[in-house]
Amino acid sequence: MLGFVIQRLLQAAVVMAVMSAVVFVGVYAIGNPIEIIIPPEATQEIREATIKRFGLDLPLWEQYFIFVTNLLQGDFGRSFIYNVPVLELIAGRLPATLELVLISVITATLLGVALGVYAGYRPDSWIARGIMAVSVLGFSVPSFWVGLILILTFAVNLGWLPAGGRGEVVSLFGIEWSFLTPDGLSHILLPALNLAFFKLAMMIRLARAGTREIMLTDTIKFARAAGISERQILSQHLLKLISIPIITVFGLELGSTLAFAVVTETIFSWPGVGKLIIDSITVLDRPVMVAYLILTALLFVLINLSVDLVFALIDPRIRARGA
Amino acid sequence: MSGQQSPLRRFWSEFQENRLAVLALVVVVIMALLAFFAPYLVPQNPYDLENLSLLDARRPPGFIGTGGYNHLLGTDPQGRDLLSAILYGLRISILIGLAAGVVALALGTSVGITAAYVGGRLETILMRIVDLQLSFPAILLALVLVALLGQGKGQLITALVAAQYAYFARTAYGAAKGERRKDYIEAALATPLPGRQVAFRHLLPNCLPPLIVVATVQIANAISLEATLSFLGLGLPVTEPSLGMLISNGFPYMMSGRYWISVYPGIALIILIVAINMVGDQIRDQFNPRLRK
Repeated sequence: MLGFVIQRLLQAAVVMAVMSAVVFVGVYAIGNPIEIIIPPEATQEIREATIKRFGLDLPLWEQYFIFVTNLLQGDFGRSFIYNVPVLELIAGRLPATLELVLISVITATLLGVALGVYAGYRPDSWIARGIMAVSVLGFSVPSFWVGLILILTFAVNLGWLPAGGRGEVVSLFGIEWSFLTPDGLSHILLPALNLAFFKLAMMIRLARAGTREIMLTDTIKFARAAGISERQILSQHLLKLISIPIITVFGLELGSTLAFAVVTETIFSWPGVGKLIIDSITVLDRPVMVAYLILTALLFVLINLSVDLVFALIDPRIRARGA
Repeated sequence: MSGQQSPLRRFWSEFQENRLAVLALVVVVIMALLAFFAPYLVPQNPYDLENLSLLDARRPPGFIGTGGYNHLLGTDPQGRDLLSAILYGLRISILIGLAAGVVALALGTSVGITAAYVGGRLETILMRIVDLQLSFPAILLALVLVALLGQGKGQLITALVAAQYAYFARTAYGAAKGERRKDYIEAALATPLPGRQVAFRHLLPNCLPPLIVVATVQIANAISLEATLSFLGLGLPVTEPSLGMLISNGFPYMMSGRYWISVYPGIALIILIVAINMVGDQIRDQFNPRLRK
């Protein structure tokens, strides 16, 4: 087991090293930030001084070396546009994204499992067909379109909910949160619903497939023969049996939801990390782009690493193959 | 020749059993034809700025503009006839989706088959890269690449291919790995045929069914991704609006009740994507041996 852990850790480190090089070269090889940082009316001296200050006159490999050295010390550089440390900028936006993502994924899971179990338990009923139709839509309709329709329906036509922004926030542990105030909650509802839609479709399918499979097994037959009520079979035995793939997907989806938040945050002007990266891309704010990409890569590497390790802990065959 | 049905015909007769899938296929074909013949069907060339008049901008459906004809679906903020713009946008969306899907299919299949056929160190390296890419959401990769490469059709297709080829590579690899062990490949290898020919003439055709399924789904995904990127303002240049950009252009006006600028292009987009997905679902079910009667 220890050998397996070390091997996977090394692998993760190699991946991160490769990613940092790819991201750096990718972002720095294209586009010239000088035109953005320096106003066109600046004198030649100011130009040169600025270029020197940002280290843009050095050869690319030297810039990369400085970048990695700083990175290992936790220094991602300063934003060209906001002129604050990038890490501070991202950390400031992170709570907004985190609360949005967490609320969406949890809602999608709870609702999706409930609907999916029903659709699997009574697959031929009309309600089940309706549920499956929703899940098909959830898979094929692009997320930004769902967002638009939500705004058009609930914000423009019905006027029940606000169309954008975070609303009133309240400070807890020195961080501002929206979901703790009624006004903030009304602001988070639409974007969270938007972000949850795709995950909901996936959870419905998972839960339905699991339920259909397990309802046919001997476990359920024996439970019924033993006179256990249907309600108890569903809530105790079935849920436990279908939970493993659902928990796995829940973990994996947390990461990809963070990526999808980019679209949702843009539509609902939600001031999170996703909106920050889109804004940075449009103004070529390199340090922010690089930091976002590397942190996202790190997040995915960590998620994959923990999934691998948890599986290895559960299944000895994987351990044997890996080592 | 003989009385036996050809595989294609058998496939089609099975396909016909699902009415909904046939309907979806008809919708896809009609939309493709509409897009292809758009220049002959619509009253206006929406890309020709001289044709546009700001007097006609943001008019509701049914408005008769300075051109003297009825704008059936209204006009956009630049005064484009929306029906014309939608058909032209459909053209771009289908073109980009097809191009990205086909290139990604070719590239991904080559990578997957090569890895499975050659084996050894190359296999490990190639599939590690593919797996690594699959662990990142496609939308994030496409977003970053478009940001780096800039705007334009070529750049957009490159980004979509880079974001999607890994799905084909995984599928081709899985199928080829299974076929590789079978006797007919061993037999082909025993003849003096060059290895490349064995891989692409013998191995590849037997890996096609799952690849076709992935291709349909990925074309729909490419269209959806393109629309998303254009919506975020990172896709195509503004002068040739795709469906995503039309939706994005109308977004600010939606708040004031001018819903049609966003909604009609969106409906066209959704119908296209859902129809392609439904055709793909049916093909998948037909290729799935576990669902065979």
